[in-house]
Amino acid sequence: MSLSLPFTKAHKEVAILIEFTQQLINGLSLGAIYALIALGYTMVYGIIMLINFAHGDIMMVGAYVGFFSISVLGNNIVVAMVFAMVTCAALGVVIEKIAYRPLRNSTRIAALITAIGVSLFLEYITIFLLGPNQRVYPAQAFTVTNYHIAGLSISNKDVFVIACAVVIMIILQYIIKRTKTGKAMRAVSLDKDAALLMGVSVDRTISITFAIGSSLAAAAGVMIGVYYNTVNPLMGIIPGLKAFVAAVLGGIGIIPGAMVGGLLMGILETMVSGYGSSLYRDAFAFGVLILILLIKPTGLFGKNTGEKV
Amino acid sequence: MTVNKKIALLVLAVFMLGIVAGCGGQKAGEQTADTIKVGLNVELSGLAATYGTDARDGALLALEEINAAGGVLGKKLQPVVRDCKSTADEAMSVSAGLVDEGVVAQIGPLTSGDVAGSTRVMLDNKIPLIAPAATAVSVTVDEKTGKLKDYIFRACFIDPFQGTLMAEFAATELQAKTAAIYKDSSTDYAKGLAEYFKKTFKAKGGTIVTEEGFVKDDREFRAALTKIRSKNPDFIYVPGYYQEAAPLIKQARELGITVPMGGGDGWVSADMVKVAGKDNLNNTFLTSDFSAEDKDPKVAGFVKAFEAKYKKAPNSFNALGYEAMSLLAQAIKDAGEASPEKIKMALENIKDFEGVTGKMSIDKNHNPVKAGIILEYKDGAQVMRTKVQP
Repeated sequence: MSLSLPFTKAHKEVAILIEFTQQLINGLSLGAIYALIALGYTMVYGIIMLINFAHGDIMMVGAYVGFFSISVLGNNIVVAMVFAMVTCAALGVVIEKIAYRPLRNSTRIAALITAIGVSLFLEYITIFLLGPNQRVYPAQAFTVTNYHIAGLSISNKDVFVIACAVVIMIILQYIIKRTKTGKAMRAVSLDKDAALLMGVSVDRTISITFAIGSSLAAAAGVMIGVYYNTVNPLMGIIPGLKAFVAAVLGGIGIIPGAMVGGLLMGILETMVSGYGSSLYRDAFAFGVLILILLIKPTGLFGKNTGEKV
Repeated sequence: MTVNKKIALLVLAVFMLGIVAGCGGQKAGEQTADTIKVGLNVELSGLAATYGTDARDGALLALEEINAAGGVLGKKLQPVVRDCKSTADEAMSVSAGLVDEGVVAQIGPLTSGDVAGSTRVMLDNKIPLIAPAATAVSVTVDEKTGKLKDYIFRACFIDPFQGTLMAEFAATELQAKTAAIYKDSSTDYAKGLAEYFKKTFKAKGGTIVTEEGFVKDDREFRAALTKIRSKNPDFIYVPGYYQEAAPLIKQARELGITVPMGGGDGWVSADMVKVAGKDNLNNTFLTSDFSAEDKDPKVAGFVKAFEAKYKKAPNSFNALGYEAMSLLAQAIKDAGEASPEKIKMALENIKDFEGVTGKMSIDKNHNPVKAGIILEYKDGAQVMRTKVQP
């Protein structure tokens, strides 16, 4: 009745090293999920300075769309993901038009509170329509294979999630830095009125921003569905909050910052559970947020622009 | 609901009960010559309707058998079945109605909340209540003052007792010397189970190597599981609900943790197999009140009679309803007369009563101490592994 670790006391140091590496793998794959959500968060913030608290819930909607696309329409994971991304892009645009656009010139706190309202609306309309119970992602969506190498265990879904996060970050970075739309986004972010005078369609640019941000959330949602094989209407809350902390940690509004912040957050949490106590994990995560806001409010990658908020 | 409305409803309920039973003039506690009235205050509609209906079916089967065998003290038991609609308010009105009808005791309601609604009426009128399946500690004891609610009893074991049963099983049957606890630290239910497990496991000479926690809606457990893996325990106890337990077990097996794992009735759900996968669930165990597979002749007899009457296998609510009624009949017999006060005293002195959910005695807090069933997952199905008598 012993565990599969092939080591005895003589190999204690090796065992410690292996445990540490395993925790690092655990942390990286958890962090990749945070990073995926944080990317969308940070992008919307970067363009219109709105912390879109509904982001986690758009992710939940994406997870459900993916779920129905696989279980009812019988699509494979790639088609399901594209389907979810398109649906959520449309949802994001609609939400922006109805809820945020009328408030664009009011205070930032008004927009923030509206975002929380949208978040609650999405959660409870889903409960109303689909019921509060969790649903199980169909197993055929993704065939999981576990590799056990020298006492380490890693699965193809870990690799998949990490790869997705990196690829999406690169694409995003490319869109913002190299395309015309990206240029428009940066212009809107810098000075809305000046951008308008230069012939940039501000409304259209913001709509595109929401479409991209929401489709990223949908991609993350489908991935979380596959990763933890269940979906429920409140699944977006905690990952959404953690991703928000990750975005702040990396410097909100900065794309590579979200990536690094997410990974760091995942690793930190894992190490706290693994070497401290799992009972204090969340306290630690949110403690990190408070510390950053106190010491370096602009985040790891943030530059001090002297902006008064 | 306003007070006026409540009173109006109460009056109406009492009035209607009077008409239905055709004995409006009878005083409380008074019995007709050849019957003893027993109240069933159960959930027949509303959220807990399946629990209430199941318990009623079990209780009525027991009553039929008792009457067929000549009744109690030469008198037949007469059931008075009322629906409390799964609300505490309604449970209270129904109890008031039953008291006026002159029942000697009440069985039900099923949920701890509905029992709480009925409790005041029963205490004020000094009529015993046997809750078949209400598991909250506060059902029989006021948690603030520690005072016993003297006329309230139950037929099921309290939640934390499941921890005791699992520790007993892990230490004796599985021969585990070391155990890790990975509990849901956001519910009293799981914390209670963990505490009782720890106490019993240590008393059996075992060591708890580490105690970890997760919170509701967590889906990521690998960090703590990797830590548990490094401590090499013989057994992992996971008190919590299936939403978290299922992915937790899956992740444990994916990390190469093969040791037996155990939990409580919070694990019971069809989603368990769907999420965790049937291979991963092998070598996991959970505690339960009752199993229809139990080979005990008493249980086998009950299962046979139940199947003959209702054309389906009994579940644990059926069994607990049956148990509550049998317990009451035994108490009336022991009391020698069908008076609520004597019945209460007899219930307190129940010892080694042979029931369908195990041999039971009532402890000083009016909770039964009795055997529990350990179920094991085998290729996705729950099968009975053994019966544990603490």
